[in-house]
Amino acid sequence: MALLSVANLHAWYGESHVLHGVTLSVEEGETICILGRNGMGKTTTLRTIMGILRKRSGEIRFAGQDMMTVPLHRTAKAGLGFVPEERGIFATLTVEENLMLPPVVAKGGMTLNEIYQLFPNLEERRSSPGTKLSGGEQQMLAMARILRTGARCLLLDEPTEGLAPVIIQRIGEVLVTLKARGMTVVLVEQNFRFASKVADRFYLMDHGQMVADFPVTDLPQNMAMLNTVLGV
Amino acid sequence: MTMIFGIPIQALMGQLLVGLINGSFYALLSLGLAVIFGLLRVINFAHGAQYMMGAFVALLLLTQTGIGYWPALLIAPLIVGLFGALIERTMLSRLYKLDHLYGLLFTFGLALTLEGTFRWFFGSSGQPYAPPAALTGAVNLGFMFLPIYRGWVVVASLAVCIGVWLLIEKTKLGSYLRAATENPTLVQSFGINVPLLLTFTYGLGAALAGFAGVLAAPVYQVSPLMGSNLIIVVFAVVVVGGMGSILGAIVTGYMLGIAEGLTKVFYPEASNIVIFVIMAIVLILRPAGLFGKDA
Repeated sequence: MALLSVANLHAWYGESHVLHGVTLSVEEGETICILGRNGMGKTTTLRTIMGILRKRSGEIRFAGQDMMTVPLHRTAKAGLGFVPEERGIFATLTVEENLMLPPVVAKGGMTLNEIYQLFPNLEERRSSPGTKLSGGEQQMLAMARILRTGARCLLLDEPTEGLAPVIIQRIGEVLVTLKARGMTVVLVEQNFRFASKVADRFYLMDHGQMVADFPVTDLPQNMAMLNTVLGV
Repeated sequence: MTMIFGIPIQALMGQLLVGLINGSFYALLSLGLAVIFGLLRVINFAHGAQYMMGAFVALLLLTQTGIGYWPALLIAPLIVGLFGALIERTMLSRLYKLDHLYGLLFTFGLALTLEGTFRWFFGSSGQPYAPPAALTGAVNLGFMFLPIYRGWVVVASLAVCIGVWLLIEKTKLGSYLRAATENPTLVQSFGINVPLLLTFTYGLGAALAGFAGVLAAPVYQVSPLMGSNLIIVVFAVVVVGGMGSILGAIVTGYMLGIAEGLTKVFYPEASNIVIFVIMAIVLILRPAGLFGKDA
């Protein structure tokens, strides 16, 4: 059974209907990547799965549990962790306070030592205010703080946006490490080359729906279609 | 007689002390307002009424049950805090989705209701509350006599202000509060029960007002309107310090209390308005307040 399954998910921002029946499923330990142009509902899909966007209908099941009625502050407890596009690093908290903020929800998360091994920069700057970090470091911090909690599934929104190639490569390495540890990842990404190195499977999103779904091995024969939909 | 700037030192020190005592109440009350505003974005107009409740609870504990000052210093803030938490849970929390103006109107209505209720039962005239035996009398500082209770007010308020500041800046709970002030939705998505945190915060703010009320009971008369006289000044303190700034509220509270005291010495006619003059100047030069971040 899939770890995360979403069926016929609709969501609204106020009166504006933005998700029109999203369906996707993610196996345990799999990394999937949602591709799509700006404004097609990729971020909204993550926010709706996480329960941040509450005006929604359809079905979200995680680890067998119906998530539609779970209040936002219990979503994390079920094992879902969200790393937002804007990273959400707190300016009034130090790096270490940011890191320690999300409560541990399950065993199997990384220890502080493991995290500092994976992200040595964060240890060096543990006492600085969170937002004094560079963009790349903030992204690492946003990911690291979820890894500590023992979340089983990471919802990762455009982790490479606005970052230098060397940092993007580093984030790719981190995702490969996470995969080796059995982490399930739902990745939203515009950087197609980056995504093709870490994802097992792709979903293509257009106008609030999934329009295609194929494994990374079928990438070559889908390039023409991707080019049309993504306009790259 | 020793003179400074043509003013007898006794008069100067006396007014400085009065300023420091007033400042102690300003600091405690504006701290509570700042904590509430920071997280809930609610301008708590009921703060003065909660301060008045603290004093009345202490008075009633004494007259009805014989419980004295020291236990009241703990029990009264607890009761006022629980009352605040109840109000937040059952009423105020329903208004967060609406414009902030509704929170302000609600707390204003609550203040009027509370003051009216206490006036109905106790009348408008003040009732005395004797300071505890251990804190009566005065010590001779050489240049003036310091009433012990007044010294205690300054020490106790400073200790509570520092304690609350440490709670917010140095503890895990404080890091939740600071983070939720910045981005409550994200903090909630981490698995932290933010609605409960809001209830706790409003309760904490109300309890601080209640604590100030007990401290004030032996200094001022206990009366239903004692809070509304003070609260306008406290709002000015919060604005000068910077809305939502914890440290700003504390430091500005003491500073403006002292400024008011000094004005009484040098230009008594202006002492009632000096805080508002300072507020106007600060708003012109630094609209975000002395300690506020520019919005």
